[in-house]
Parts: sequence; C-alpha cells; structure tokens
Amino acid sequence: MISIIERETVEKNRWISQAEMFDILSISESTPGPISVNTATFVGYRVAGFWGSFFSTLGLTLPSFVIILLISFFYKTFLSWTIVQAAFLGIRAGVVILLFDAVLKLKKIVKFTPLTTSLFIVTTSLIVLSFFFDFNLSLGSFKFSLSIILILLGFIIGIIATALKKGELDK
Amino acid sequence: MIFFELFYVFFLIGLFTFGGGYGMIPLIQEQVVARGWIDASSITDFIAISESTPGPFAINIATFVGSQTGGIFGALCATIGVVLPSFIVILIIAVLISRFMKNRFVRGALSGVRPIVLGLIFGTAIVFLIKLIISSSNPQSFTLTSSYRESITIFLMVLGFYLAYRHFKKKSPHPIALLAISALLGIVIFWVL
Repeated sequence: MISIIERETVEKNRWISQAEMFDILSISESTPGPISVNTATFVGYRVAGFWGSFFSTLGLTLPSFVIILLISFFYKTFLSWTIVQAAFLGIRAGVVILLFDAVLKLKKIVKFTPLTTSLFIVTTSLIVLSFFFDFNLSLGSFKFSLSIILILLGFIIGIIATALKKGELDK
Repeated sequence: MIFFELFYVFFLIGLFTFGGGYGMIPLIQEQVVARGWIDASSITDFIAISESTPGPFAINIATFVGSQTGGIFGALCATIGVVLPSFIVILIIAVLISRFMKNRFVRGALSGVRPIVLGLIFGTAIVFLIKLIISSSNPQSFTLTSSYRESITIFLMVLGFYLAYRHFKKKSPHPIALLAISALLGIVIFWVL
C-alpha cells in the first residue's frame, strides 16, 4: 500500500519530492494510527491544505469501508456453510504464522539495547499472561487496558532514558 | 448510546495504535471483545478477511465491528473514530511542527514505544498459538469443530511451507498465499475427509 502511495504521488503526479516523501513516511510510522492514513493525510495537506488532507483521507478510507460493509452483511450467512467453516478452521493456523511473520518483519525497527530488549520481553510476557488473568482496570466506562498502559509506559521510559543520557536511546 | 460508544472506543484504538496493523489486536481484545461486540474467535477470522481485501487493517476492522454492532451508521461511527486521531495528529504536525521528528525527546519516546509494539504483536502471536493448541478458538456459531490434533497438523504443514519459502526465496510468502493454503488444508481435513 505504501509503495502504491509513493508511486502515485511522487512518480506519476509529482505532487511531492522523493525526499519529502521519505520524511512523511518516517513521521507516519511514528504517529498514532494506520501508516497509510497518516501518509494520505500528510500528502493531502502538503498538496492542498486542510481540504486536501480531508479528501485524500476520505479517498483512502472509502474503498475499504464499502467492501467491508458489504462483506459484513453477508458474513453470517456465509459462515453457516460448512465448507466455509472448514476453510476458516484451517485459516486459524495460517493466521498464527502470519503474526509470527509480522514480528520477524518488524524486528528491524527496534534497536535492541538492554533497555529495549527488556521492554520487549516484559510486554510479550504480560500479553501472554493476560490471556490467563484479567489485568484490565475499569474506571467508570473507561477501560484502562493493558496495551494502553504499556504504550504509555514505553513513552515515559523513552523520555526518561533520553533525559538521563546525552545521546539517543537506540543509537 | 451505542453509536457514541463505537466512536469513542475506536478513537481510543486509533490513538494507541502505532506502526499500524497487528499491534492493535490486544487493544481490540481488551476493548471490543470485553464489551461483547464480537467474540474472540471472530478476530482471527477477521484478520484473514482483512488480509484478503484491500485497505488498511484498522479501517477494515472498525467498519466490520461497527457494522455488526450498529449497522451502517455504526460502521460509519467506528470508522470515523479510528481515522480521526491520525487525521488530527498529522494535521497538527504538518501545520505547526514539521521539525517535530528532529526533537530528541520525541525520538526517545518513540524508541521506547517500538519494542512495546513488537512485544504486543509477539505476545498476540503466542496467545493465538496457545488458543490453537487448546482448541478454544472454535466459534460458538460453528457446526464444525476442530480438535487440537487437526489444528496442529494444519499449523505444521503451513509452517513447513512458510519455512521452505523463506529458505528458497529469501523472503516471506504473500499473506494471501499463506491463508489460501491454510484454507485449502482446512477444507480437505474438516470437510472432505
């Protein structure tokens, strides 16, 4: 998906330069939300201001929205067929491999230092343990879920480590 | 009200998803499954559906959960909710602080979050593997069920394909290829035999 965005905006339409695209991508990867949505918003803003970002984000969202909406209407009927159920029971095994594959691919975004390695190990262990025990805190209607707490903790530890050291945490 | 709750929960999910995609699965378990909007096993099915259709995972799952819970308007609320944090944060960065990423505290904070995101995905992968082994992932709505032996057989066969592919081609097979093979094995083992 990212390579399509790059081809359309940099090479075909020449809306932004390759160097600018590189900056946009690194910001998109580090800000909350799906990378492709972030990239679309950013490119849209650079090209045509607020409405540019509005329409590029709308354009990116709409195809998924329509396709998934259609699928969700037929989903229950579709799943009542035993051949589909059999396929999905097989797919459960495939999805597990897909997730491990995602870890392998994403491994390179982390520079493994003693600190980041421990953060990684603690997060992994807590997520696995949360399958057996319920760690979630509820404050009224707000569910303080484990992954939110962990993400916030990552931010805080990252900032503290930077403040203590002169250099950057992962360099 | 369900529409507001859909918007709010997916806004939260959008806000705390970094690096996109699978890092958000634990959050979906904690927020969406805990509210009873979809059952845990549907998430696995949905990962497969999302991989086989165009578009980002976050938008796909927001639309799907929204539609199952509150129809078209529900889908709209959830999708706007998941997109809005990105939209707002990127606009702020693009308008005000384009030098944002150069700040060493911003970079420090992000290097603290990255290993967490990787751990979230790795933990999820292990949990899904455990579920597969103890066969707790059979949805209640299914008339077919799988035993752990059958699931593990399929898992090992797909794993074999995956490892062989990586060994010979030096890259990962396309997700759709992996899913197609596991679906086919599922049909052969659970339906034909």
